[in-house]
Amino acid sequence: MIEVRNISKRFGKVVVLDDVSLTIENGETFVIIGQSGAGKTTILRHIAGFFDPDNGDVLIDGIKMNGAGSGKKMLLREKMGFLFQSGALINWLNVKENVALPLVEHKLGTKGEIDKIVDEKLRLLQLDDAADKMPSDISGGMKKRVGLARAIVRNPEIILYDEPTSGLDPVMSAKIDELILRMQRELGVTSVVVTHDMESAYRIADRIAMLYQGSIIECGTPDQIRGSVNPYVRQFIEGKLTGPIDV
Amino acid sequence: MKDIVRNYQSDIYGMFSSVGERMLYQIKFSGFTLILIFNTFIQLRYAFSKRREIVKQMYVSGVKSMLVCSIVALFGGMILSLHSGVELKKWGQQDVVPILMINVMNKEMGSFLTAIILTAFSGAAMAAEIGTMKVSEEIDALEMMSINPVKYLVMPRIVSMMIMLPTLSIYTVVLGVFGGAVVSYFQLGLTFEDYYHRVYESIWLKDMYVGLLKSLVFAIIISSISCANGLMAQNGALGVGRATRISVVSSYLMVLIIGYFITSLFYGGFV
Ligand SMILES: Nc1ncnc2c1ncn2[C@@H]1O[C@H](COP(=O)(O)OP(=O)(O)OP(=O)(O)O)[C@@H](O)[C@H]1O
Ligand SMILES: [Mg+2]
Repeated sequence: MIEVRNISKRFGKVVVLDDVSLTIENGETFVIIGQSGAGKTTILRHIAGFFDPDNGDVLIDGIKMNGAGSGKKMLLREKMGFLFQSGALINWLNVKENVALPLVEHKLGTKGEIDKIVDEKLRLLQLDDAADKMPSDISGGMKKRVGLARAIVRNPEIILYDEPTSGLDPVMSAKIDELILRMQRELGVTSVVVTHDMESAYRIADRIAMLYQGSIIECGTPDQIRGSVNPYVRQFIEGKLTGPIDV
Repeated sequence: MKDIVRNYQSDIYGMFSSVGERMLYQIKFSGFTLILIFNTFIQLRYAFSKRREIVKQMYVSGVKSMLVCSIVALFGGMILSLHSGVELKKWGQQDVVPILMINVMNKEMGSFLTAIILTAFSGAAMAAEIGTMKVSEEIDALEMMSINPVKYLVMPRIVSMMIMLPTLSIYTVVLGVFGGAVVSYFQLGLTFEDYYHRVYESIWLKDMYVGLLKSLVFAIIISSISCANGLMAQNGALGVGRATRISVVSSYLMVLIIGYFITSLFYGGFV
């Protein structure tokens, strides 16, 4: 279970998160939507322990992430995977070595075993052909899929996705959505997904929260969000130019 | 009038606060660098398992800078001996040139020249490489995989520099002294044999180990400052450029300052 309790965060004078609280149950797929710059990535980074909030706490299975020492953070992160917005591949390792990196560095298996796991993940994300390519030689969407393969290679219990489907074609997006659903169904993975893509949000979410100017303004099931009467939410999910949101 | 005074005031406030900010940043940065060095020494126990990476870094910093190192050492030695030789020859003292050369190269110029070259070559590369990783979330990705960036990135770079800088500075000393020999032969009328004997007579063990100690300290300074700048890079490509520039400048300054203190520690009458 991920508990975010009343966190606030400021960068300089800008308040990026203002008293945000979320509770994400085990096995749930929780989607965070909101405009660019609303603070979505910042929430994920708090959950992963890269930022400590100015106020409030972040708890992973009851253990406090903020303020924990680097050893404790390392332990907590062992059960997490993070898909970064840009993929964040190590640029001097090829695709296969990138995916294998967490296994190799922690010596989780022999070379043969690691190869087998990596091949399986690459096949899952249709990356077999790119296995020997360098990150600079593949497209943005492929980088994202490699990043995803790397995030799931240690079979984490919690996966944090930062815009998993941006930069992917509709078919690939549907495929990633299916993968997220399948990991939830078969492995009971808890997912926190940040996205702009409403179609994908409706497909995968158990619950959706909308972030606006650093606060959660609405949180509910996809159907509740679809039927929301909040003008901000309506404008966002319908993608209208007119409404209360400044554009 | 009031407005002007108020603007003036806020300018002064702004000036002080920006000076203060810079100072705070410097203190924070120095602390960060010291902690980084400390952490690197803790991670040294993994040096053997990271030997491939260390050798790769040694190749990058050492072998690739070999040509430049050779030219700088050779011509540095030639310039030094030419200047001193021409003056000394007026007094018939050109025999002193070999003694001068080995002393200057061993005590000071060997490690100093090499440090300058390696700062430009691998210090800058380290800051740029790690800085790029920082701004493209790769360092975060490492931490997310529970991989310690100090163990994975910083320690191999510092260790490789600690091996390559002393090695290259011995090479620089030899080549610099050789450059002096060439000038002495062609311009000052000393035979190679004479030169060699005089050099051999004036090699002191103390000069050698102080020189090597210096190059070892320089290695730690350059690599840790460069890695620290890389790790603290912010704001995209612009920040990477800034980190690289600052790491080169501060490495030069620290090499000069610390170099002076080591010299004064060993030759200033304290020891
Ligand atoms: N490390 C940082 N230092 C300073 N400001 C930051 C930092 N990280 C984020 N911000 C600021 O916080 C705000 C929210 O950023 P965040 O990355 O969370 O947005 P986002 O919702 O993920 O947007 P996008 O959809 O474009 O990725 C932005 O205004 C950004 O400039
Ligand atoms: Mg974002």
